[in-house]
Amino acid sequence: MKRLRLRRKQLEERFFKGLMLLATLLIGASLAAILMTILIKGLPALSWAMVSHLPKGGYYFGQEGGILNAIVGSLYLAGGATLLAFGLSLAVALFLQTEYAGPTRFAWLVRFSLDVLWGVPSIVYGAFGFTIMVLLGLQASLLGGIIALALLILPVLTRAMDEVVQLVSPELKESSYALGATRLETALKVVLRQALPGISTAVLLAFGRAIGDAASVLFTAGYTDSLPTSLLRPIASLPLAVFFQLGTPFPRVQQRAFAAALVLTLIVLVISVASRLLTRRLTRHITR
Amino acid sequence: MMPGRVRASLRRWNDLLASRLMLVVAVFSSLLVILIIAALCFKARPILASYPLRELFSSSWQPLRGQFGFRPFIAGTLWVTVLAMIIAIPPCLLAAIYLAEYAHGRVRAIVRPLVDLLAGIPSVVYGMWGVLFVVPLVKDYLVPFAREHLSFIPLFSATNSSGYSILAGGVVLAVMVFPIIISVSEEVLRAVPQELREASLAVGATHWQTIKHVVLRRALPGIGAAIILGFSRAFGETMAVLMVVGNVAQIPSSIFDPAYPLPALIANSYGEMMSIPLYDSALLLAALILLLIILVFTILARIVLLRAMRRAR
Repeated sequence: MKRLRLRRKQLEERFFKGLMLLATLLIGASLAAILMTILIKGLPALSWAMVSHLPKGGYYFGQEGGILNAIVGSLYLAGGATLLAFGLSLAVALFLQTEYAGPTRFAWLVRFSLDVLWGVPSIVYGAFGFTIMVLLGLQASLLGGIIALALLILPVLTRAMDEVVQLVSPELKESSYALGATRLETALKVVLRQALPGISTAVLLAFGRAIGDAASVLFTAGYTDSLPTSLLRPIASLPLAVFFQLGTPFPRVQQRAFAAALVLTLIVLVISVASRLLTRRLTRHITR
Repeated sequence: MMPGRVRASLRRWNDLLASRLMLVVAVFSSLLVILIIAALCFKARPILASYPLRELFSSSWQPLRGQFGFRPFIAGTLWVTVLAMIIAIPPCLLAAIYLAEYAHGRVRAIVRPLVDLLAGIPSVVYGMWGVLFVVPLVKDYLVPFAREHLSFIPLFSATNSSGYSILAGGVVLAVMVFPIIISVSEEVLRAVPQELREASLAVGATHWQTIKHVVLRRALPGIGAAIILGFSRAFGETMAVLMVVGNVAQIPSSIFDPAYPLPALIANSYGEMMSIPLYDSALLLAALILLLIILVFTILARIVLLRAMRRAR
């Protein structure tokens, strides 16, 4: 009797362990299915001509040309947004140190509202950005796209930077203060240097998030066939290149969507791997 | 003597200036949510002023005739999101328990980056996968199967055979929320104190019994929060859903029906809205509804998570 119960206990454990393995495999399999679909469709479409030419005869109808406009446009948009968000995030992350805000209610509030902002969907940032642009009399442009994307990645970037800045050892900061350095000097010369690996990772991930987002640039950045020339002109982007060109009835145009999706996925993959390598390499000289 | 004093006061001045600047930026970022709500409210006011609420929640959507009923869109969003959660929750929880309790360090070192990668894939790429993989799957296999075997259940009646359906949207969304549910629940599970597990193991419980009766019970609120976070992420997701869900403004009655979720409505209608009176106001009202629902869920989940994590320490 006792032995039977023991057997049942073990059977149950085995059963659920099997289910868990299956679930983990399912998640791996869905990632594999996505990457396979992108590769199978994207690889035949990808060529040097594809990534080095502008679309000819309009991105929706034109059968010739490539996706250079979207690649360059996306780099501009994500680069600009990351730069803008980095400046703001740096200020907030440094402010959340004990020297400034301390463990106060206000610091708690800032962190909490950033966590809440993180949940706001990108389409709402797009709608908000568009409202602001109408207010300022701007049309869909590089500038508008940069602002909407910067707002989108602000919470992710700030919280990630806040976390690494908090990890800097207090003793190290105290030695800096003991030598007579001000808070600003300590922040820039000690804290930032110590937090550099974490900050670089955060910046890379924020860039990856910005380059992949479509809903927030849909109304704020617009789309165009040409290369960006001005902050105030519409600009193309890779996610929208996928979105617009996948929906056309022309196979040649769809090829451009497949290529754009592959390029986008590759960029995100490279960023993900690079951030991991970076963390490993840069943490060698950090005192903990 | 003088230059030294000037430099010292300059350094102090710089320090003060920088701290003020940081304060301003911090205040701005904490007010951003309120700023967004205020802007959307301001834009949505015209339509709220000219229609009674009852009419805005009716099911007739004909902007050209001045009828703005949001019910089909709200219903569409709920159908797709709830279906996605039903698909996503069981495998996510099982995988999270596996990663937190059973998996060896080496396995976790492989799986964690893959989950992060899944989180980093852009939504249009999910959408393209949906169009090329999930929609054909629904159209070629699931619709015929449902016709053959499940047609007596209204929920599975397959009157729409295009494959662009709530089911396709639900599957794509489910995969999109995998990473967030898994990583938050794994974190919560890991935060359960080791002493609790040891006490249970010491009285002779198996590992699984310990998980079932001790760990899961302790982690329950946090897992609930993980699910709510996944739900609100799915609720606001735009592009991937828009590409596979069919976008027909009707109240669905089967998972094979097309639907038209709120975010898709906003994204799709932007080109035409300038020429029709009150249309832009209606769309920004849609954005406001979306935002408010998500805010309620996110705030709830965050408070539960803060509590769960604090208790763990």
